[in-house]
Parts: sequence; C-alpha cells; structure tokens
Amino acid sequence: MTARERIAGNVAGYVDDRTGAAKWMKKNLTKVFPDHWSFLLGEICLYSFIILLASGTFLTFWFDPSMKEVIYDGEYAPLKGLEMSAAYASTLDISFEVRGGLLMRQIHHWAALIFMVGIVVHLLRVYFTGAFRKPREFNWIIGVGLLTLGIVEGFLGYSLPDDLLSGTGIRIAEAIIQALPVVGSYLAFFAFGGAFPGEAFIPRIYTVHILLLPGIFLALITVHLMLVWYQKHTQFPGPGRTEKNVVGYPLMPVYMAKAGGFFFIVFGVTAFLGAVASINPIWLYGPYTPGQISAGSQPDWYMGWLDGLVRMSPPIETHAFGHTISWNILIPGLILPGIMFTLLALYPFIESWATGDKREHHLLDRPRNAPNRTALGAMALTFTLVSLLNGGNDIIATTFHLTINQMMWFSRIGVLVLPPIAFIITKRLCLALQRADRDLVLHGRETGRLVRLPHGEFVEVHEPISAEKAWTLTSHEQIAPLELPEFDGAGVRRAGGIKNKIRNRISRATAVAVPKATESERKELEGHH
Amino acid sequence: MEGNTVKRLSRLRRHRAAGPMLLVFALLTIGTTFQVAGAVTTSPSTVADRSAAIAEGKQLFLKGCSSCHGLNAEGGAIAPSLIGVGAASVDFQVGTGRMPMADMSQQAMRKDPVYTPAEVNALANYVASLAPGPEVPSEESLNYERDGSVAEGGELFRTNCAMCHNFAAQGGALTQGKYAPTLMGVEPKHIYEALITGPQSMPVFSDKTLTPEEKLSIIKWIKAAEAEPQLGGVALGRVGPVTEGLLVWTLGIGLLIGVAVWLAMKAR
Repeated sequence: MTARERIAGNVAGYVDDRTGAAKWMKKNLTKVFPDHWSFLLGEICLYSFIILLASGTFLTFWFDPSMKEVIYDGEYAPLKGLEMSAAYASTLDISFEVRGGLLMRQIHHWAALIFMVGIVVHLLRVYFTGAFRKPREFNWIIGVGLLTLGIVEGFLGYSLPDDLLSGTGIRIAEAIIQALPVVGSYLAFFAFGGAFPGEAFIPRIYTVHILLLPGIFLALITVHLMLVWYQKHTQFPGPGRTEKNVVGYPLMPVYMAKAGGFFFIVFGVTAFLGAVASINPIWLYGPYTPGQISAGSQPDWYMGWLDGLVRMSPPIETHAFGHTISWNILIPGLILPGIMFTLLALYPFIESWATGDKREHHLLDRPRNAPNRTALGAMALTFTLVSLLNGGNDIIATTFHLTINQMMWFSRIGVLVLPPIAFIITKRLCLALQRADRDLVLHGRETGRLVRLPHGEFVEVHEPISAEKAWTLTSHEQIAPLELPEFDGAGVRRAGGIKNKIRNRISRATAVAVPKATESERKELEGHH
Repeated sequence: MEGNTVKRLSRLRRHRAAGPMLLVFALLTIGTTFQVAGAVTTSPSTVADRSAAIAEGKQLFLKGCSSCHGLNAEGGAIAPSLIGVGAASVDFQVGTGRMPMADMSQQAMRKDPVYTPAEVNALANYVASLAPGPEVPSEESLNYERDGSVAEGGELFRTNCAMCHNFAAQGGALTQGKYAPTLMGVEPKHIYEALITGPQSMPVFSDKTLTPEEKLSIIKWIKAAEAEPQLGGVALGRVGPVTEGLLVWTLGIGLLIGVAVWLAMKAR
C-alpha cells in the first residue's frame, strides 16, 4: 500500500465511521443505467435549470424589482433622460454597465428557452415510448407539473424587466384573469394590488420568480429524480432485456463521465448562444407605458401556442345581467389550456383504462408498436403546432407575403381539421412500419443483389436478419382488445353497459395491429426458400 | 525626333493594358458628361422655371399616370383623385418608387424609382399646380441632427408609430395583406412626407398632432436605430421572440441532440 492509498483510505474510513456512507455509495455508484441518446434529453432540463439558478443569482445582485420612477442617466443614449421604472433602469444597467451583465442576461434567457425545449422533447420521448406506464404515473404527473410551472416561471421572467414587451404580456395576462366570470376583476385587483399596472406587481412577481417557483422546482426535480432512481430507468427492448432487469453501464465511472461532460456541453451551447445571438433586447423595446404597444408583440415560444389560440379565436361575447363574458379570451386563454393540461396529466390513467393493462412496464414501446398512442401524440402535436404558428402570424405574414387573414383562417380551420388528419396518417404509418418489420423478420433484408435463375427468372436475394434483430422486432406483445360483455351469465344486461361499450370500442381501436411474425411462420418460410 | 515619339506612342497602343485603360477612360468620360448634362436644378426658382416644370410634369403625367388617375388627375375607379394631395405626396409616392404601381396588389411597394429626381420634381409641380397641398420640405427644414432629440423621438415613435412599424422600425403586418413597411434606409425627406401626407394605410400626422420639431426627433431616432450596432450579438431581425424561438428549436436543440447522440455512441 502506497502512502497515498493509505491517506485516501484513512479519509474514507473517517467519513464512513461517521456517516456510514460506504455501503450506500457502493450500492448506488454501481447502479446500472441503460444507454440511449434519448435518455439524455431530461438531463438537458436539469443542466439548464442549474445554469438558470447560477445566472439568475448573478442578475439578482443588480436587478432592482421596484416600480419607483427614475430618470434614466446611463450609457444607452437613445433612452437618456426618459422616465422609467427602477426595474427597467436596472435591467439597462445590467446590460450596459455591469461587467458581463449582458452576457449573463442573455445566457439566463437562452437557458430558459432551452429548459422549456428540453422539457418538451423529454416529454415527447417519454410519451411516444410509453415510459409513463405503471409504475411511473406519478413521475409523469410531476413532469407535467414542471412543464406547467416552467411556462409560468418563464413568463414571469419575461415580465420582470418592465420593458414595453413585458408590459404588453402582463396586460394580456391581466385580461385573461379578468375574463374569469364573477371573480375575474377581483382577482386582477388582488394580483396587481389595485388598477393596472400599479406599483405592486413587479415586486410581487419578483418574489415568486426568484424564490417561490425555484423552490418548488427544486423540490419537484428532486422527487422526479429520486423516483427515477428508485423505480429504475426504463430500457428499450432487446435480447437479454426483460421487465425484471436493467441492461446498461454503471453510474461510476461511465455515466459520471458522460453526464458530467454533457453538463459542460449544455453550458457551452447556452453560453455560445448568449455570446453570439441577441435575445430580448429590452433597450430597443423602451420602458413600459400602458399607452404604447409594438407591432409583432409576441410571447416567448412556450407561450406562443396560447397566444396563437387567443389570436385565432372569433369575437364571441355574452352580455347577461349587466356582465360581459368574453368567451374569445376565456376559451383559448383558460378553458382550452385547462382541458389540455388535465388530459396530458391524466393520460397514463386514460390509456390503462382503455387497454385494461394494469401491469408494470419497464421495457419501452417502439412508437410504431403503439399506433393509437403515437397517433394521438401526433394529433396533439399538430394542434399545438398550428396554434404556435398562428402565434407568430404577423411575422410569418410579412416574411412570406401572406395576409394575416389568410393565416388566421388557415389556423381556425387547420386547428380543427389537421389534427384528425395527422391522427389517421400517423396510425397508417405505424401500421405500415409494423408490416415492414414483419416482412423484415420473415423475408430478411433486401440485399439489392439480383440473380438470374437458370430458367430466366430474376430474383432479388434476401439475407436473413440476425437472431438478435429478429428478437428485437418481435419481442413486443400485442394486447387483445377488451371484450366486456353486455350481458351477464343469466342474460341480464350488466350495469354500465354503455360505458363498457365505449371502452370496448376504444380498446379495439388501441389494439389494431399487424400481427407480428411468429416463430412457426418463420420456420415455415425458411422451408420454402 | 517626332517620328520616334509617334513610334513610342504606337507601341503603347499595342500595350496589354491599353484596351482596359481605354475602356475605363471612355466610361469616365461618358459618365461625367451625363452627370453634368443631367444635373438639373431640383427646385425651380423662377416663375418661368416653375411653369416649364409644370408643363413637363403634365406631359409625364399624361403618359405615365393618367390611365389610372384620369386625364386631369381627377381619379377613377381604381385610383384616387390627386387634386389637392400636394407636391409632398407625389414626391413620396413617386420618389420611393411606389408609384407607378407594379401591380394591383393590396399595397404599393417601395422599389427602385421609375422617374429621375428631375421628373419627380416636374410631376410634383404639376400636381401641386392643380390645388394647394402639403409641399416638399426644404433641405433646411430637415436638419434633424440639429433640431431633433433622440430620446424624445423614441418616446414619440413608440407612442405613435411602433404599433404598426414595430418597436425597432422593422415594419409589421396589417389586415388583408396590407403592411407597415420597414423604415430602415428610408430618406429623412420621405419619412417627413409620409408623416404629413399619410400614404396608403398610414394616418396623417398634422403639425398639430406632431410639431415639425417632434417629427424631426422621430426621424433622428429612426436614423439612430438604423445605425445602432448589433449589441449582444446577431440581432435576429429585431422582430421579437419569434426568431429567438426559431433559433432555439433549430440550432439550440439541434446541437444538444447531436451531442447526445454522439455521447450515446461513444465507447464506454
């Protein structure tokens, strides 16, 4: 034993005597994780969250969350001498006077956009591979919670500098609060501490933005990761991979290195964007005044689809008993998003109800092997994408020489018509891919080699695929549809007959599949060739 | 002696550079001649000059404009009357190439002017002779560097202009395919004329709404916005969060997913 080893051993022994960490560490540092690039998407969120915490802390040193009126006397000449809030003036100071301040602001904002992109792509991966199924439903709900909170947190950050764009955003938020029947105007008064814009809002959302929501984020992210740890990571199907094992590499050293390296790469990409691409140039927007607005006022992208829904909604209002209900704000601003987020959060339960599948799943689905789920996902994506496009309708219209009215009508019709079309096309595509898999298993790979047989016939030589590949393509199970009987044994109509009928129908739609190749089929065909 | 010079010159004539040199010389000569011959005083000072310009303008009008605007500028089914629109309006519409229109689309587009400055001046004089209207602002009255204030101009711009032309004067969409054009690279004179004549969808900003000094402040701010360096990196068109979102969904996540794929392939 060298001197160095002895010292290291002594230190480790000292710590272990007092914490008993050795046993725990030994177990957990060798914990195995499966390897796939899409399993790194969630890490993008974790790392950009860390970057957000660090860069945000830097910004709090100089940001003054106050609506106190000040006369700007800083470096940026086009705003010199103007009255503005201390919040806006201090953001200008961060941008132009604090060393590295503009870079930090831009890194913070880009990291926020990447955080939200990361959440969405991670969610798509989890959804399309069926990773949300039992036992991971709670973690799915936490994820949906993080997505929702991320939208709110991002919006509050966008609102803090009190520039013309953020003020416009807050104004719309106020309008959405006010659209709530009966309580709306009271709630708006509570939130703003009086009439819009007032003096209270910026300090309040500052507390929420830097203290309350980050605290909740930290707690939820911790639980999210602990659940992944405890429930173990899912894996894609393959030879030797079962519902009872995890095939992969140990945390130490493989994933320590990979994850650690990935953190620096996420930081690098964020810093690169912050260094070369301008984001939220608040000095161009000018200070917020309720009397001003700019053409092309947009929210950040993660709110863009909500803005798009509001922009496409027809002007419907009801007047009753001296009150106005603005359906044109209420439906796209609150009701539709409420329904969408609820459906998203409850999806694991809806699917297990429809399929009757209550078992644990640790092996992932290939999206094509769950055509109904994949098609539903494509449908939801299409809806959101059309809404998102309409959120930028003015920019798209001027860029591509379209009219804003064409954009609006495209969205109004498209948001209803395109999602079902996407559903049908995606489902067909999945089934076609299943068929292709079946052909691959039964007939092998097309080699592109043409052979002329003695009697003159030309045939293409097919090469059998490896046993591993054949296993991967056929290991998934194909669930039979539910057959809930309408009558019981005695010929009496069962209670909940209509519910069962609906459930049967959904289950049949979910179970649609091209029968996968079986062993006997394969054997039989081998005899032919 | 003389024969030697001639010989030397004729040798030079066959020099390799002779052809290109001659071409450059010829172009210079032609260019200068045209420049001198084509330079017309843009503001006719005397009554005689003015009436000559009006007469020339009328000829130009009959040839190029009357098919839509009518033989006496009285307007028609597809074009408005020009009686009383003033010289400023003509100078703006024709001087920025908007008139004559390329096609009957929603809105006349800014393009390379069809008429020379002298012809624009003649047309303006002719239309102004039909009835009084806003005049072309003089060079002296457009000294925005001296008479304007950037900060005040920005405030006025955000109050009066940004709702259509965007916060950084990059332009924006209006209804039915109409649009507020970008103000980048527009001559101060034309901005001023647009303010006082209200072309197309734009309202008129009379001297009661915005004093001449305030108009100059706006022009000064627009020029400052035009000259502003790209602070904080590539400006992404200065149209707000749409292009930022586009970048993060392409380059941003593209790079990160690329690295994730590479990391997963990497030997353990």
